Amino acid sequence: MYHYSDFDTDFLNSRNAQFRAQVERRIDGSLTEDEFKPLRLMNGLYLQLHAYMLRVAIPYGTLNSRQMERLADIADKWDKGYGHFTTRQNIQYNWPELRDVPDMLDALAEVDMHAIQTSGNTIRNVTADHFAGAAADEVADPRPIAELIRQWSTDHPEFQFLPRKFKVAVSGAAADRAVIKAHDIGLRIVKRDDEIGYEVIIGGGLGRTPMIGKVLYDFVSAEDLLPTLEAIVSVYNLLGRRDNKYKARIKITVHENGIEDIRARVDARYALIRPQFTGVDQQMLSRIEADFAAPKFLKGNLSPFQTAYEQDPVFRSWADTNLSTHRNPDYAIVSISLKAHGKTPGDASSRQMRLMAALAKRYGHDELRISHEQNVILPHVHKGDLPSIFYALNAEGLGTANIGLISDIIACPGMDYCALATARSIPIAQEIATRFDELKLEHEVGPLKIKISGCINACGHHHVGHIGILGLDRAGIENYQITLGGDGTEDAHIGERAGPGFSAEEIIPAVERIVMAYLELRAEPTETFLTTFRRLGLAPFKAALYPEAHANAA
Amino acid sequence: MPKPFTPKVITANALLEGDVVYLTATGWTRDLAEADVLTDEADADLRMIEASAQVDKVVGVYLADVTLDGTTPTPTHFREDFRATGPSNYAHGKQETAKQEQI
Repeated sequence: MYHYSDFDTDFLNSRNAQFRAQVERRIDGSLTEDEFKPLRLMNGLYLQLHAYMLRVAIPYGTLNSRQMERLADIADKWDKGYGHFTTRQNIQYNWPELRDVPDMLDALAEVDMHAIQTSGNTIRNVTADHFAGAAADEVADPRPIAELIRQWSTDHPEFQFLPRKFKVAVSGAAADRAVIKAHDIGLRIVKRDDEIGYEVIIGGGLGRTPMIGKVLYDFVSAEDLLPTLEAIVSVYNLLGRRDNKYKARIKITVHENGIEDIRARVDARYALIRPQFTGVDQQMLSRIEADFAAPKFLKGNLSPFQTAYEQDPVFRSWADTNLSTHRNPDYAIVSISLKAHGKTPGDASSRQMRLMAALAKRYGHDELRISHEQNVILPHVHKGDLPSIFYALNAEGLGTANIGLISDIIACPGMDYCALATARSIPIAQEIATRFDELKLEHEVGPLKIKISGCINACGHHHVGHIGILGLDRAGIENYQITLGGDGTEDAHIGERAGPGFSAEEIIPAVERIVMAYLELRAEPTETFLTTFRRLGLAPFKAALYPEAHANAA
Repeated sequence: MPKPFTPKVITANALLEGDVVYLTATGWTRDLAEADVLTDEADADLRMIEASAQVDKVVGVYLADVTLDGTTPTPTHFREDFRATGPSNYAHGKQETAKQEQI
């Protein structure tokens, strides 16, 4: 993986020293909150409902064991012994004190990590497919270009005050595991006549006006990508609306001006700035690519895996649910669920973080990933080591076999932490998971993605959940709206609103009615929820959700 | 006719810890039960000005609605309920330490 150059380290140290001085000036009263707020946000520090929150970037979701251990140390020393992994491959600490934050940032810098541009109207943490470099279906590893984009966008002088925040995601495979069509810019690595290039998608986003991204260019060659991105953000910087926060994202700019108009503007801007890109970026990219060379895969004994698989049904269930196909047939990609039934989605204790770091070091070529679905991945594991890994994980509450199932729920922090939230999301996720665990139905139900947001900003991706839940404040009472049929993959689709919302007490039985209806309606056990929904549409699910309205109409 | 003034407390977050605090007659408390309940609009306006000026102690000062049960204020909105108690997934924040010192 990428190791910081002296330039990176010097930059980060001087930036942290600047922020330390800014914090001191806030505490001694030389800076007002109005002056300090933009400075703290630039460094990932929010003030939330009960405390400050520090959001740390995990670029393209990649960590080594040393970094994961450091995240655990920070949780113990300056927080409450845990961290929360988010849908944008960040980790959030919910309880830091203002005075400690500069020390936390210095501790991060020692392991090549930072919280820069995890807030504010800037280019945010660049995210990528969490199976990058390991997936069998990959055209190329998306992380080198993601790292180049991180370097280009960090402290980019032209893009520190964009009309609104700006999110970039990269996928190296046709199967989209990075929700690229719901990003301001989504990049997909493609191959054309043996040449590697990029499909460039812009104007996707969730929030109050959800939109699926549109293809701006179907193929941009590698050396033209950075100037193309610069041209896009530059056009948006001028054209994006600054009069209305709710219309400021590039999705609205694209929607209001049309993709052809935007393309013409980007083409013109590109022609103007292209000569400034003299190829230095490509030299840097090739150095970065060397850092991301695949590990030396081992040839080992596969029999421990086969034996455990045949003899231990608990291991078998986990292996069937939490493993994905690696490009090396002797290897597997391990998804570690941070969704134990009844626990907070995406939370890991410092103990759990240290265990995952240790397993990565011992068995996983020292690599870990954070997925946008709030789980942790060991991308390169020899199959012979899988039983040892599973038993170690299981002993620390990390052995839940539910990846892609109904209890593998995305949930934003909601009103338990977030100052913007209009309702809670975490308890709803906890109760749904607990309920379906009691019913012992989730493996029978099969692939089903529930995504919960505690406000219209949609950090919980509810629009692209097979079942989406949006928590709102209706006259001072928490109310939950259901959308159905959303999809965050390459077939991205915004879910349809099912009807009137439900109270916190009603929402769990409502979800249960949808799932029971699906079990009745599916053509065969292998037909997934999403396929059944697409075949039948909203009507039969609506009938199950609102039996009284249905009875009255009949 | 203007709406009658309903009881309120002045609340904010502590600058150093970020913790939720409420204005009292003498300073700030972390416990809603100890907050000064304001029932007069002119008085509330004045106290808001005083509270907002304490930029070295607190951030984001505002008035929050409460109802009075005897002399004990109770939030009218669930958001203020969470602020007064802490998150529901862990017994963190105000649930950890029943009584905390004033700032």
